[in-house]
Amino acid sequence: MQRGGAYLSLCVTSCAGVQNAFGGQGAEDANFVRLFAVFMVVCTVMYLIVSAALVIAVWRRRQATLTIEDRKHHETSAATRPALIVWTVLIAVGLVGLTIASFFTDRSNAANGSKPRLSLTVTANQWWWDVEYNSPDASKIVRTANEIHLPVGVPAQVTLKSNDVIHSFWIPNLAGKQDLIPGRVTDAQLLPRKTGLFRGQCAEFCGVQHAQMALDVTVESKAAFDRWYAAQLQPGRPPANPLQLAGYRYVTTRECSSCHNISGTPAGGHVAPDLTHFASRRSIAAGALPMNRGNLYGWVADPQSQKPGNHMPTVGLAANDLHAIVAYLEALK
Amino acid sequence: MSLQPSFIEDVSELPTHAFSYRSLTWWGIIGFMVIEGAAFALAIAAYFFLMSQEQEWAPRPWAPPGLLAGTLFTLVMLLSEIPNTMIKKAAESYGIGMVRKLLPWMVGIGLLLFVIRGFEFNSLNVLWYDNAYGSIIWALLFLHTTHVATDWGDTVVLWRLMRTPHGEDPRRLVDTDENALYWRFVWLAWLPIYVLIYWVPRLFQ
Amino acid sequence: MTPAERAKQPPAKVPRDGPKLTGPKLEEKLAETWSNPPGFIGWLSSVDHKDIGRRYVITALIFLALAGALAVVMRLQLSKPDNDLIGAARYNEIFTMHGTTMMFLFAVPVMQGMQIYLTPLMIGTRSNAFPRLNAFSYWTYLAGGCLLWVAFILNIAPDIGWFAYPPLSGPQFGVGKRADIWAQMVTFTEVAALAAAVSLTATILKQRAPGMSLARMPIFVWATLVTSLMVIFSMPSVALASSLLLSDRLVGTHFYNPAENGDALLWQHLFWFFGHPEVYIIFLPATGFVSEIVATFSRRTIVMYPIVVMSLVATGILAFGLWVHHMFATGLPRIGYSFYTAASMSVSIPTGLQIFCWIATLWEGRPRLQVPLLYVIGFIFTFVIGGLTGVIIAAVPLDLQLHDTYFIVAHFHYVLIGGAVFPLLGAITYWYPKATGRMMSETLGKVSFWMIFLGFQLAFFPMHIAGINGMPRRVYSYPAGMGLELPNLLSSIGSMVVAVAVLLFVINMVVSLRGGLKAAPNPWGAPSLEWATSCPPPKYNFPHIPVVDSRTPLWDAGEKMSVVHGLRVEERELLLTTVMHAKPDLREPSAEPSIWPFIATLATTVMFVSSIFSPWAVVIGAMPVIIALTAWFWPKSPAPEREPVIS
Repeated sequence: MQRGGAYLSLCVTSCAGVQNAFGGQGAEDANFVRLFAVFMVVCTVMYLIVSAALVIAVWRRRQATLTIEDRKHHETSAATRPALIVWTVLIAVGLVGLTIASFFTDRSNAANGSKPRLSLTVTANQWWWDVEYNSPDASKIVRTANEIHLPVGVPAQVTLKSNDVIHSFWIPNLAGKQDLIPGRVTDAQLLPRKTGLFRGQCAEFCGVQHAQMALDVTVESKAAFDRWYAAQLQPGRPPANPLQLAGYRYVTTRECSSCHNISGTPAGGHVAPDLTHFASRRSIAAGALPMNRGNLYGWVADPQSQKPGNHMPTVGLAANDLHAIVAYLEALK
Repeated sequence: MSLQPSFIEDVSELPTHAFSYRSLTWWGIIGFMVIEGAAFALAIAAYFFLMSQEQEWAPRPWAPPGLLAGTLFTLVMLLSEIPNTMIKKAAESYGIGMVRKLLPWMVGIGLLLFVIRGFEFNSLNVLWYDNAYGSIIWALLFLHTTHVATDWGDTVVLWRLMRTPHGEDPRRLVDTDENALYWRFVWLAWLPIYVLIYWVPRLFQ
Repeated sequence: MTPAERAKQPPAKVPRDGPKLTGPKLEEKLAETWSNPPGFIGWLSSVDHKDIGRRYVITALIFLALAGALAVVMRLQLSKPDNDLIGAARYNEIFTMHGTTMMFLFAVPVMQGMQIYLTPLMIGTRSNAFPRLNAFSYWTYLAGGCLLWVAFILNIAPDIGWFAYPPLSGPQFGVGKRADIWAQMVTFTEVAALAAAVSLTATILKQRAPGMSLARMPIFVWATLVTSLMVIFSMPSVALASSLLLSDRLVGTHFYNPAENGDALLWQHLFWFFGHPEVYIIFLPATGFVSEIVATFSRRTIVMYPIVVMSLVATGILAFGLWVHHMFATGLPRIGYSFYTAASMSVSIPTGLQIFCWIATLWEGRPRLQVPLLYVIGFIFTFVIGGLTGVIIAAVPLDLQLHDTYFIVAHFHYVLIGGAVFPLLGAITYWYPKATGRMMSETLGKVSFWMIFLGFQLAFFPMHIAGINGMPRRVYSYPAGMGLELPNLLSSIGSMVVAVAVLLFVINMVVSLRGGLKAAPNPWGAPSLEWATSCPPPKYNFPHIPVVDSRTPLWDAGEKMSVVHGLRVEERELLLTTVMHAKPDLREPSAEPSIWPFIATLATTVMFVSSIFSPWAVVIGAMPVIIALTAWFWPKSPAPEREPVIS
């Protein structure tokens, strides 16, 4: 019955989506799909009972009625009281059953998250995600932004913080959401069960660009994850030709370096996304634009027109500076 | 009305005033007391919520509020119940003379309380913008001050009104009775706030 | 004369209603006594509950139209992915204005307006308790609404959502005066709502007709009593929350500032402690409408009246124990959440009982499918869906996916439009003849009903799917390729249908004023006391105060209507009865028209609005308020009258 309900629900939605609560690719989301199906079955049955009763009540043929016209408007037939009791018991039983189902789902989620083997800290900012992979060994800490890579089947614990206002961390294909609240530390548990590319999005209104604060999520094999992790530990690729060198010089000495960090260079700002391996990401500006050369030009030249109100100013770059910067950033794989 | 009336009862002999729950305005006063009581209860809940965010209360380096002014205020408030009850009883037995004599005392006591309250604000040992502890302490004291101020304002108006011929109207004695009831609420609401401002921050020293 | 002597005086020898003064002669005198002064000042001075109720409802419907227009604009923007009709900043203002207007300026005021209009008529008295306070309540509400919309026109509208979470609404991130305007508008509307609630509570407890014990009150009056008490207990919470926010923003306190050990969650607790009861304050009066309409159109009393009343009371109480279900994603201890899941689930039990009683009443009676009953049927089909999605999101594992998505937007529109607006439209159609003396067009009424019912499903059902497909709330745009295009397009089309349907309903209201069929006093054959008056009722409501001995007085009255007599006719007077059994107790004067409530609102408006700019305005602005209030209450005659008068 649960499977049937689940399939019914799935048919109605596009379950191939990258940001979809019926995806079921994470342990917690799979539990969601199952529990939702249970609730849908019970709720649909209750709705059908109420609708049927209403339709019959309005349209049934009547021989005798208890109305003012019959001077019987204060009388009630004998079946009413037992029917009320049955109805109340039905509702109570339904609710208790659903609460118990919810409780078991909660327990399953807690068990899935009880022994994490990977630890991340995500700090939300207006309107980007600062992601850090924690490690007791300082040389093994990876810092990136607006993306998360996870090895499939490995339970991960994500510590959640905020630097400014309340945001919400939500990757529907994997799990439910948790808020990131300034002054408090919350956490989320992710246990991806299927590989794939997914999308998360901030789900708590956080200001003018709340709608463009997404997260690229990659779930891959352990081997692929280890390769990605090792590459992330490397410093930023040095410039390989004169154009990239000009870009490198600009980025590490002018405005960019006051906000952004590129490991292994003098650019050491921490109030904007880390750019060390920027070009290896799938999108720019927290999901606002897909990563490609054209969008890179557009973003660097005029971030305010792409994402008005965000904290990266439009500086009015000269054309050759623009070419150089893009060339350098493109190489930061 | 299309139906013809059938006259069941003559109500012309019914009185036009009564005390306590028979009075319509009593219910209005109770309504306002519940509203303000709810606001105080929630402010007290906010106090405990903010307290749970701190390791110490009062948090270092701020010392708890000085006890003298607050305790003096509390004593004067409790003592004010004596003339207040006298006024209330006088009103209920139509003793307009006693009411006229005692109301100025309540006005004077109110003025004294404002002076002491000024000293209280001055000896809290923290400012409202120092931290959340300071903010909630000041908020509680400020809320209660507006409480006292509005009832004192009512009492001043009542004092002047009772000195006019309107003082002889029994309905104005009902107003006096209800004003006295409200004063009880003002000092009763003060007692838990006094404990929260002056004593709870000392508990953890 | 001493007060003791005055207290013992016999009743004055003045004209009183009774066997010697009845019929047209009585009605002429009463009409004179209860009339408004002429001219514009007279219009501003009215304390007639019917005037005030009507003003409340019409003003609220104007705000409904304004907020609805904003909804149409939002739906146009969201009809395609990556649309650029409205930019981010403007969109955020629009959804804030839509939510704030709907919740604070339409939903609660329209219900209170209907309550103010109907309650004295239903319980057999001439006026509300504290009529000038009622008038003040309306003017204050209007002032708050104007503050918000003038700000919108001046391009300083709030843009922080109707729920204004700090730190986004706090001094650091909420730049300018937008959030202050929002917070102060809340102060206006909550003062108005509290004043109306106190008046309604006192009216119901003390002014019921002789014989109308609590167990004989119409169910709508019970709903009014319960919601008024809920307003009294819950509105102080949002008043406190918004005052603390104003304080953080204006004078540097740190209630919500985590850097100084304040807490952003303090706001959420205080706001939702109000916010959850708020939605029942909107819903319970609608259930009152439904009970009245179901009884009249089934031609019988509501089945199991005590169950319906206990359900109202239980819902009102339980509503205060649910608020944390708005905070399931904030990381509070899970064991605490379980309590709120259980409570949120259990609140559906009393509502389920009411639904049983309504359906049972239709079952045992002979339903007449006229427009008011159509809206009730539409309500049941629609609201129950919303209630069931509510059961879904009461479960924490489900809520953590669905919270802050379009699934929630679907849920609350199903319960608010299905659960409150449909009954409201039915109620307006039902009581329109009483208020205006004309019937609304039945044909146009049926057309608008079907359009709004079907248009609503088209507009809001797809939002469940959009939410599951990953669409968060409060986004000005969404990307293509996520399965969001079709649900959004359908919602946008549906919203246009709803807009046209509401327009048709309003046209029906306006055109029927002159062109509708003339209404008899009781065109629906209803049982409650308001139908014993003419259409529209005279200023004094009833020429003689009725006596009741059943829940359905007009169905159980014989040839004659029992009444009491002896109230003054040349001064405004009504009857107070005892709280439990409604035995005649006192004669009470009723306030005459006065300009002071209006002036008091002007003074309060100056104080509240200027305090947005400086805290000293609270102290300085209090002076005119004190003067206005003193003038309000100070007796206008030099000496006490022979029998009391409130002027």
